[in-house]
Amino acid sequence: MNFMRAPSPSPASHTPASRAAGRLAAAWRRVRHHAGVYAVLCRNSLVREMSFKTNFLLWIVVELLWFALQLAFVAVIYQHTERIATWSRWEVVLLVGASHFIQQVFTAFFLTNCVQLSDHVRTGRLDFFLLLPVNPRFLISLRQLDLGAFVNAASALAVMVYAGARLALRPDLLELIGFGLLCAAGVLLHYALTFMLAAVSFWTVQAQGLVWGYYNLFNVARVPDAAFPPGLFRVVFTFVLPMLLVANVPAKLLAAKLASPAEMLLLLALAAAIFAISSRVWRLSLRRYTSASS
Amino acid sequence: MTKYLQVFSLGIQNALVYRVNFLFRATFGLVPLLATLYLWRAIYASNPDRPDVAGYTLSGMISYYLVMTVVDALTGVTEDDWQIAADIREGRISQFLLKPVDYLTYRLSLFAAGRVVYTAAALIPVGLFVALQHRHVVGPPDALHLAAFVASVALTALLQFLISYTMALLAFWLLEISTFIFILFAFEYIAGGHLFPLDILPPGLLAVLQFTPFPYQLYFPVGVYLGRIQDAELVRGLAVQAAWVVGVYGLARWVWARGIKHYSAAGG
Repeated sequence: MNFMRAPSPSPASHTPASRAAGRLAAAWRRVRHHAGVYAVLCRNSLVREMSFKTNFLLWIVVELLWFALQLAFVAVIYQHTERIATWSRWEVVLLVGASHFIQQVFTAFFLTNCVQLSDHVRTGRLDFFLLLPVNPRFLISLRQLDLGAFVNAASALAVMVYAGARLALRPDLLELIGFGLLCAAGVLLHYALTFMLAAVSFWTVQAQGLVWGYYNLFNVARVPDAAFPPGLFRVVFTFVLPMLLVANVPAKLLAAKLASPAEMLLLLALAAAIFAISSRVWRLSLRRYTSASS
Repeated sequence: MTKYLQVFSLGIQNALVYRVNFLFRATFGLVPLLATLYLWRAIYASNPDRPDVAGYTLSGMISYYLVMTVVDALTGVTEDDWQIAADIREGRISQFLLKPVDYLTYRLSLFAAGRVVYTAAALIPVGLFVALQHRHVVGPPDALHLAAFVASVALTALLQFLISYTMALLAFWLLEISTFIFILFAFEYIAGGHLFPLDILPPGLLAVLQFTPFPYQLYFPVGVYLGRIQDAELVRGLAVQAAWVVGVYGLARWVWARGIKHYSAAGG
């Protein structure tokens, strides 16, 4: 989040050193403030989920079922082939697990909030968020935490551990840290793209369709990248909507399948770039906002 | 009858409001499909010594997905189940209990209208997609299979609608049924032949699936079109499909009758 948007002027800032220290202290205060707000939001989400316990559990079942379905597809395919391009069965299971893990972490933090943005615009509830003394993008993006998604992320991790054992993988600490970092970049990338599409709701009320449409594209992320021949599809889904990087790169790091470290750099650079673009789009969109409430 | 034609034309106008959403949905839906096709290409390329998978050549496999996409656009349920559940939850069905309008027929007319508009909106992206894969476009083996295909698509549409309708009637008893809709959808997705043609499954598993309605919700008409289901199997399949339609229709009527007794007209 862009916590340090406005440099806060402090009266005692005469020397460059003291000015820098003042700015640092202000930034620290902002971080602490937002962390406190986030703790309250988490508690609210927990209370909300626990008031509909059956529904909470059923949603976990739904997601588990869809995950099992993807794994069943892999099982059916490998009845008929030994390899997909260079990918063996358990490597693909590892990939499907990584893709599901990243998708579920994204769902836990961001999905509901991004979907709701168009409602906030349509009903004028956005006014209320803009008035609060927190960064509006922070509040809109992280308002609700989907706790069930953490359970599903854990199921994805379990499948990955099993696939890793079948592949006899022994990742060292550095690789695990790298994996975590790449997954975080993947989540950030999904978030930035979804948030940008949700921001289209400042122009049209049909933006929810766009967000769900994008959610559809997640299906591409669990296909081994080697299955795609060089061409338009591969270029678009590597550089513009980097679905073919999001899960493939972290899975390949663990399975020692990376052609070169450049793939990791590409994922990190694209995540940073798309996040920066989404910040620009957000500011542009806000400028267009004319409140719908009276 | 004329009143339901009125409902149908009203449904067309209502659905037209969602045309952009339909277009998005149809277009975005093609991307994962394209990825699946690439996946199959890679699988066939990885096994150059084996030209077919369970009787499907690469071209045959792609044809399956093309026909499946068209049948799905023609028969799939998009918003109907959510709307029916909302009608019940918010007490809007009270008016149907007072008027000489049968709710099931009313919803069926709206479903038909929605399909017409959806198919029209999907025509552009799906048409482009099929045109891109034109080398794999095949016709049905003969006029008889074409006729059987048309009949089974109509039955598929009815079956899809009736199953979703019955599922949505659960809203009489439960406040929140979206999880149930998604669970049903998951089964339809894999056991209906959305993800892969069912006859690449081990024969024992396929035999078990034949006892469920799922293969008749999508796979069956596609198999008929491609000539993979023939002669006695075709006749028996059509009969079973029709039996499912009648059976689920009966179930829908029964659940409705039970639900109405339970109905408390919240908000009405």
